[in-house]
Amino acid sequence: MSLMSDVGQKAFNLRVPIAVHLDVTYRCNERCVHCYLDHDDHGEMTTAEIKDVLDQMAEAGVFFLTLSGGEVFMRRDFFEILEYARRLMFNVKIKTNAVMIHEAEARRIRELGVDTIQISVYSHHPDVHDAITKLPHSFERTINSIRFLRDQGLRVTIANVLMTVNSSDHLGVQKLAAELGVHYSLDPTITPMMDGDTSVLSLRVPGEELKDVFHNPSLVGNQEEFCAPPKPPSNEDLEEYSCSAGHSFCYISPYGDVFPCVQFPLPTGNIRQQKFLDIWNFSPQLKEVRSIQAKDLTVCSSCSHVSSCTRCPGLAYTEGSMRGPSTADCEKSFYRTGVPTANMLRQGLSKPRSPSGNNAPLIQIRPVAVPA
Amino acid sequence: MPEDCIYIARSSAIAARALAGEMMVMNSADSTFFTLNEVATAIFQAADGHTPLREIVRDRVCGQFDVDPEQAQADAEQFVTELSSHGILLVSHQPLAPETP
Repeated sequence: MSLMSDVGQKAFNLRVPIAVHLDVTYRCNERCVHCYLDHDDHGEMTTAEIKDVLDQMAEAGVFFLTLSGGEVFMRRDFFEILEYARRLMFNVKIKTNAVMIHEAEARRIRELGVDTIQISVYSHHPDVHDAITKLPHSFERTINSIRFLRDQGLRVTIANVLMTVNSSDHLGVQKLAAELGVHYSLDPTITPMMDGDTSVLSLRVPGEELKDVFHNPSLVGNQEEFCAPPKPPSNEDLEEYSCSAGHSFCYISPYGDVFPCVQFPLPTGNIRQQKFLDIWNFSPQLKEVRSIQAKDLTVCSSCSHVSSCTRCPGLAYTEGSMRGPSTADCEKSFYRTGVPTANMLRQGLSKPRSPSGNNAPLIQIRPVAVPA
Repeated sequence: MPEDCIYIARSSAIAARALAGEMMVMNSADSTFFTLNEVATAIFQAADGHTPLREIVRDRVCGQFDVDPEQAQADAEQFVTELSSHGILLVSHQPLAPETP
């Protein structure tokens, strides 16, 4: 076990929120076709409120801080927030489309000691990228910004969300990242919109194409190991928890709502009404999330994939139950290994029903009512 | 380096947080990651740039932990040299202004 994973396990066991994803705004200068956010400002936290949250998070033991949005640079006070976060000695990662980053901004980001900047690039074809972001010339601006950041010696990762409209471009984006001298990551996850709209799920790549991705060594490393059939789960495997959501990680929205994860729309409290640590320690919803072990999962506990599946409890929650299966992850497990999941078998399916996953009604993110 | 004249300050490039009594430290420049034990954490936290290392060892180490003062001083000097080589601590013969991002 590496020192980093050792520390992560320690935080998990002690229930210390070692990592937080904080969206400072939902406003954005792009209108990406797959985005799950409502970009109107419904009363995002002020500079003072965010600084107070940062103080509370530092006190609570948060070390890894992801600042994201929306587009973080839509906030005129973003550098003030970033500077404050760094004075509190957080390890900061920024997620951005980078179109507002020029040489001066890149220099300031380096001076502030930001760890990583993750930037969305959808295609190596400018027209495809711009059609996804719906912002003309966004490809050119984003790539220029990546060069500014790279020239400052900053660690940049291109995040390539894979969907139907760009599914054949990931190798081109990977090559572009190599030419730019930055890291590359691929993510085939498309998340339902916050208002419950599932139409964006039609952008999920068809399973057969996922299979190609999962069998590409340049993307997954050791393909043989990655795609190996699942081993029978042990008793220890059934004692395991799904992921760090709610255990050592959480998400805070620009309105102060706290959730187990950015992909887990279960309201657990609001920073404007309660202290962060009170929510973290005493929220009944977080306690419930933390109580769920693999053996408690309604379908997945009997699945051969249970110990190796990337099952997301948040996506399962949006399908109706945080203890249930996440269809999108069932699909991934199947196309990775060729072995049907318990969720598929109970429906009499030898392969996933549709490329877009579930069409179940989704639960909308909404502020939680907290007694005064 | 005359030991009485050693001043130490935390670099502005680092991230740090205590976890269960140990300090996690990461240098954003190269992502080197360390955890410091209780004694090392005490020295790290006292690295304000203007308190001499000898004074830190006397007050924050020997005053808090059951250690031999000479051994503690030698270990502390080795520790600050190592962290300095990773860009975590700044070391000088003169008082240092604390770095802020």
